Amino acid sequence: MTEKVILAGLGGQGMMLLGRLIAQAVMLEEKNVTFFPSYGTEVRGGTAYYHLIVSNEEIFSPVIEEADTLIMMNLPSYLKFKGFLKPNSSLFLNSSMIDKVDVPESVNIFRIPATEIANDLGNVVASNMVMLGAYNAVKNLISIPTFLSCLQNVLQGKKAPFFRVNKLAVERGIDFVNLSKK
Amino acid sequence: MEPTYKKPETLIDTPTHYCPGCGHGIVHRLIAEIIDELDIKEKTIGLAPVGCAVLAYNYLDIDMCEAAHGRPPAVATGIKRVHPDNVVFSYQGDGDLAAIGTAEIIHTANRGENITVIFVNNAVYGMTNGQMAPTTLLNQRTLTTPQGRDPIADGYPLRMCEILSIIDGSRFIARTSITSPKNINKAKEMIKKGFQTQIEKRGFSLIEVLSTCPVYWHMTPCESMKYIDDQMTKTFPLGIFKDWEIDN
Amino acid sequence: MSTNKDQKFLLTGNEASAEAAILAGCRYYYGYPITPQNEIMTHMSIRMPQVGGTFIQVESELAAIYMVYGSAAAGGRTMTSSSSPGISLKQEGISYLAGSELPCVIINMQRGGPGLGDISPAQSDYFQAVKGGGHGDYHTIVLAPSSVQEAADLVFDAFDLADCYTNPVMILGDAQLGQMMEPVIFDKKQKTDLSAKTWALTGARGRKRNIVKSFYPVKGELEVFNTKLQKKYREVEAEEVRYEEIDTQNADIVIVAYGTSARICREVLRDAKKKNLKIGMIRPITLWPFPSVIIGRVAERVQSMLTVEMSAGQMIEDVRLSVNGKCPVHFYGRTGGGIPSPKEILNKIIELSTIKEKVTCATS
Repeated sequence: MTEKVILAGLGGQGMMLLGRLIAQAVMLEEKNVTFFPSYGTEVRGGTAYYHLIVSNEEIFSPVIEEADTLIMMNLPSYLKFKGFLKPNSSLFLNSSMIDKVDVPESVNIFRIPATEIANDLGNVVASNMVMLGAYNAVKNLISIPTFLSCLQNVLQGKKAPFFRVNKLAVERGIDFVNLSKK
Repeated sequence: MEPTYKKPETLIDTPTHYCPGCGHGIVHRLIAEIIDELDIKEKTIGLAPVGCAVLAYNYLDIDMCEAAHGRPPAVATGIKRVHPDNVVFSYQGDGDLAAIGTAEIIHTANRGENITVIFVNNAVYGMTNGQMAPTTLLNQRTLTTPQGRDPIADGYPLRMCEILSIIDGSRFIARTSITSPKNINKAKEMIKKGFQTQIEKRGFSLIEVLSTCPVYWHMTPCESMKYIDDQMTKTFPLGIFKDWEIDN
Repeated sequence: MSTNKDQKFLLTGNEASAEAAILAGCRYYYGYPITPQNEIMTHMSIRMPQVGGTFIQVESELAAIYMVYGSAAAGGRTMTSSSSPGISLKQEGISYLAGSELPCVIINMQRGGPGLGDISPAQSDYFQAVKGGGHGDYHTIVLAPSSVQEAADLVFDAFDLADCYTNPVMILGDAQLGQMMEPVIFDKKQKTDLSAKTWALTGARGRKRNIVKSFYPVKGELEVFNTKLQKKYREVEAEEVRYEEIDTQNADIVIVAYGTSARICREVLRDAKKKNLKIGMIRPITLWPFPSVIIGRVAERVQSMLTVEMSAGQMIEDVRLSVNGKCPVHFYGRTGGGIPSPKEILNKIIELSTIKEKVTCATS
């Protein structure tokens, strides 16, 4: 099993945190993982992107040429990375911020209104967690309890009250995919 | 009869490589006397510069380190951070301290690094045959200012004590000279105070010593001493520019 | 950071290198900010005060390397880090460190050059690192990690090698390695059998004074010193060469690559197997001393060699010297922040495997 994921969004949409948490969770499950964040000249409001590779085998090239999954939070991100899609890739779009785009037919697309769902929960910042829930409901990459314990580790002190809404957001993401399957 | 004037223990008995009338020998001796008097020979680490005093370790019988041109304050910082209870001093000339090493001296002072700097200012690059130094006086002739230092082309002599004294991290800043027994005694007193500033862990100290270079000033040793008193001190007035004792 | 053995941490190469330095006993770190290695400095600023060490954000790269010089002369384990343009500034000091035989570690997380270049990964400082980037006849020992775990492990070795040979050691990484996160275990320890630093400046109490210098003004003295230095370098070359050799036994083509390029080439090896191509690889871990002997030996039994670098071709010169005409040596490189993709490299190999060069070469 090897899963190559590109996560991208506006700086501030929590893709860095999400990528790190997934990486941490799979590491705890004894899988190999390489997580490569974009760095440097990107500013708040620009496109921030992250390469995540998870595998049972040793990971050699840390660079993704063709992605198994794209998790895209806004339109500029999708436009920047759509070239990384290959037949049967999974594409998770935050449909609250990306409405009508042409997607190759061979791709499995999941449109998740992540920002709206997070907003309904009272915390728009949790849209990343909605996407995680949706992604994992399809791909089953991580164990949700492990992921949540990693999340709890970073939400300490003043941030501790946010754990509940983030956890809810993950669950809503899972539910959204499961309900649309029916 | 007990001799009243003898070679300090810290000074090595060896022929000097300095030119006749050069001030370095006097300053070396003062440092050696002070190290003896403070009984810190076994805990002092000195920094020799690039310039005429590069061989200072041939004269001072203590642990010594060489540093590239301009870098003694950085090297001294590195040593002092490892051995905060040792006495660390750098010995630097005007090109070293006020030209190529300007950044290092300013930031070492600004960090309040607990070291002592002996800054020997003879207004000329001696070792490389007498080029203009950052402290060369206006109209002073050197190898590279054959018509005399022209402020439009060459800028002005840099007054390091004045600059360093306005830096918050500095604690003791003084300028002295070696032109008479009285001035030599004064210089010794100031350098000793610099070392004491460090021993008491009060922070950065620098003593500028106006010194001679008869060869590249094209003067006799006596004329060069007079040149300091009559000319150099006009641009570089002697005195204490900062003193933790008074400021407290 | 707690340091239970076997505990896994998810860290960037930068953070892992910095933490490894702390665990290897480094207590004096001096640095100046530059992307893409800022996380080393940030980590040090947090950790040094916790372990009673010194962290200084210095006014310049020059001052940083000379603070390293001072702390090394005083007997401390000391380090600085930077990226390409900053490492250029440190070269004067590295020459002085080598000339004064002082141990220290310098990390270079390379970025694109020349000039200000960019902040993307590159391997274009190879010449500077292995040939002695400053003035004079000297070498730094150069170690090239290719994973975050190895970045941590080699820092321990770097400090030991520096102390063992009283010589500066450079870790030559790149932006990719510095920025990416991977699981790391810190299970190495610093060597305990290293000889005492009797030459260090500590104040001459109860012993003859020590002098640390690289100046030999009396005619003939410098040549004597340089001869001694060269003797040391020959010893390093004999004792410390490290490399990884993969599938070279029956290979038609052998790739030589280090660091990030080597990781990408490992993927090429996996893909090539699926296409029934017989490809092997030699990954130098020490870039100086260079694994010349093994490359020369392998060159005798292969069709050709391919050097892959994120540069316009630097290490290839050492590969060619090692091969010494025994087989053709080809090159594939990307520059200016470009990272070669496995596909590009594989295409190059397919192109090469259709040429039967060895035949003409062997008969000549």
